[in-house]
Amino acid sequence: MSILKRLKPKFWDHEDVAAGPYKHLFNFRRIWELAVLLTVGVTLIPMIALTLIDHKFTKNAIESEILLQMSRLVSNTRRTISFFIAERWSALDFVALDNSPEALRDPKKLASILENLKRGFGGFEDLGVIEQNGDQRTYAGPNKLQNVNYLNQGWYKDVFERDVYLSDVVLGFRKTPHLDIAVKHTLPDGSFYVLRAALDIGRFNDLLSQFHAGGLGDVFIINQMGILQTPSPRYGKVLEKMALPVPEYSKESEVIETKTPDGEHLILGYTYLPETPFILMIVKKKADLLGPWQKARSDIIWFLIASMTVILIVILGVATYLVQKIHVADQKRIMTLHQVEYQNKLASIGRLAAGAAHEINNPLAIINEKAGLIKDMFTLKKLYTEDQKLMGLVDSILTVVERCGRITKSLLNFARHIDVKVQPIDLGKIITNVITLLGRDAEIRSIVISIKVQEDIPQIESDQSHLQQIFLNLLNNAFEALSGGGRLEITVRREEGEFVSVTFMDDRQGIPREDLRRIFDPFFSTKGRKVGTGLGLPITYGLVQEIGGSIRVKSEFGKGTYFVIRLPLKMDKKENLGREFMALMREDLSQQNEYLPGKSGPKEG
Amino acid sequence: MKIRVLIVDDEEEFVQTLSERLTIRDYDVTTSLNGEDAIGKVKDYLFDVVILDVAMPGMDGIATLREIKRLRPLTEVIMLTGHATVKSAIEGMKLGALDFFMKPCDTDELVTKINSAHEGKTKQEERIRMAKVSEIISSPRSVLGED
Repeated sequence: MSILKRLKPKFWDHEDVAAGPYKHLFNFRRIWELAVLLTVGVTLIPMIALTLIDHKFTKNAIESEILLQMSRLVSNTRRTISFFIAERWSALDFVALDNSPEALRDPKKLASILENLKRGFGGFEDLGVIEQNGDQRTYAGPNKLQNVNYLNQGWYKDVFERDVYLSDVVLGFRKTPHLDIAVKHTLPDGSFYVLRAALDIGRFNDLLSQFHAGGLGDVFIINQMGILQTPSPRYGKVLEKMALPVPEYSKESEVIETKTPDGEHLILGYTYLPETPFILMIVKKKADLLGPWQKARSDIIWFLIASMTVILIVILGVATYLVQKIHVADQKRIMTLHQVEYQNKLASIGRLAAGAAHEINNPLAIINEKAGLIKDMFTLKKLYTEDQKLMGLVDSILTVVERCGRITKSLLNFARHIDVKVQPIDLGKIITNVITLLGRDAEIRSIVISIKVQEDIPQIESDQSHLQQIFLNLLNNAFEALSGGGRLEITVRREEGEFVSVTFMDDRQGIPREDLRRIFDPFFSTKGRKVGTGLGLPITYGLVQEIGGSIRVKSEFGKGTYFVIRLPLKMDKKENLGREFMALMREDLSQQNEYLPGKSGPKEG
Repeated sequence: MKIRVLIVDDEEEFVQTLSERLTIRDYDVTTSLNGEDAIGKVKDYLFDVVILDVAMPGMDGIATLREIKRLRPLTEVIMLTGHATVKSAIEGMKLGALDFFMKPCDTDELVTKINSAHEGKTKQEERIRMAKVSEIISSPRSVLGED
């Protein structure tokens, strides 16, 4: 949770309280989400799709390749096995045709034929001639099978009907797995005899085992009941029932996919060997065949995951960084907007004030003159001069008019732009001068003023009259707060960067929180109506702005108030856009141009 | 001889009252409520000082000032303004006005200014006269040519 909190960018929970509605151009969270989703979409989706498509195609290709290979293998094996069997048959046929029945019935001759067959073809174990009645009249071979009657054996009937016969692998009378082949030979007189031979299945095994060597597979032969005719390393011994089901009959070689009961995928190639009871089976585990490809696939998947992770991290990082930048820029924009708006407000008020002051000044001038005339007349006529009360009344009218004049003039001052003249300034000295100016005032109110100026304060380049006015206003303000006496501390400090700060700290009233926000608003005054015009701090604010500084107020109700003015060491005209703007606005108001000589300014009341 | 003052302002009450107060202070006061009228009076009569409001309907203070200065270069003009139109005041001073006051102004200050304006004008006229005298002394014939 805490890591998440730390990672969470600032804009995430951003809510601009001060800006009010319509001020925010951006919903940062939404931008972020959109950026992330879109980029993730356009990068990861094609990547995943490509991988999936490639996977599908490769898989198909590999599977069909496997099937093809398998079917080729099945065909080859089938040809080999068929040829082997056909060869044996032909050999028997040849023996029957080449020798007269009499010769075959001669045991010695038969033994020599068997010997020749063994030598010439191999695989023959014994050889017997069976008469029409089923008696094996002559026999050559290792077993004593002479005169065994086969008449009642199933295969004998088959030979009768089909002329040739190939048996399943049997133990037979000999009790070793072998397979019988038999050929019926019909004589010209219509009688026949059957030439029977036992084939050693060892040859079969040898034949098949050369296909085993191809690797991974299991090649064997079953009969149609599913009894294994040759041993299989995986699916049973000779003459046992095969662990797999017997595949369906098909003329051609078939390759199918199947599953063992325990869920293993197998590729099964089989073919029914023609004219035999045999089915040639080639079984390979699919997993084995797919092994190399699966390895490659898992490599690709790992690569995919790794690149996706990297892409995601980069996207998240970049999106967060950019949105953060936008957020910061937007914050700045809003701040500037606030500032401009505030200055705009001040300027509007200034314009209003100037207009009002003008309108009031004319009637005030009339009252002033009328009252002055009354006084003049009283002074001329001795009768009224004696009347202290009347004289007092007239005087008080004049005093009030003067006060009104002062107010309207300060209103005009508020709207007026004083030219900024940059010169090197010793802050400590200016403050001391201003304090001297108000020294008596401070004494009357029993205020103790202390000034602390850091030793390394350089001379700053700024405007003297602005600074004087600023300090004067702040001192007046502090004096009002300390009307019952108290301490005022003024500190001049070097700030980080090219700035100095002047702090005015009083230890009395403090300003309630709700007033603090409006303190720089024009006509907001906590002083009595008689004392202030409510323009002191707004004017100060404007002045500080004009010389490129900033003013900040911090107060704790009941404990005291700080006013901190931050001033640049060197006044830079470009430093404050708002100032330029303000000056422009004021130009409009006061129409004052730059040639105004200092002494010819409007007279202060 | 009384100082001749012309007060020009569109505020009738103001003009009347100020005129009365200046009369009490022993000035020869004439009033005018607009620029055109004031020009007429300046043509007819030689004033020492004109007190001129900057913002007036019709012919405004600056135009009036220009005309007055054209007609009577030696007549001193003091501008009055109830407004922050300091720019006009400055223009006025560039055009030869002596000074300007913000309304409501202290009448005593205004009186002082009128006196010093008159004094300045008198001195100027004196210098001109002296110059003429010296001219006559150096070249008596010039008197003849002067009509």
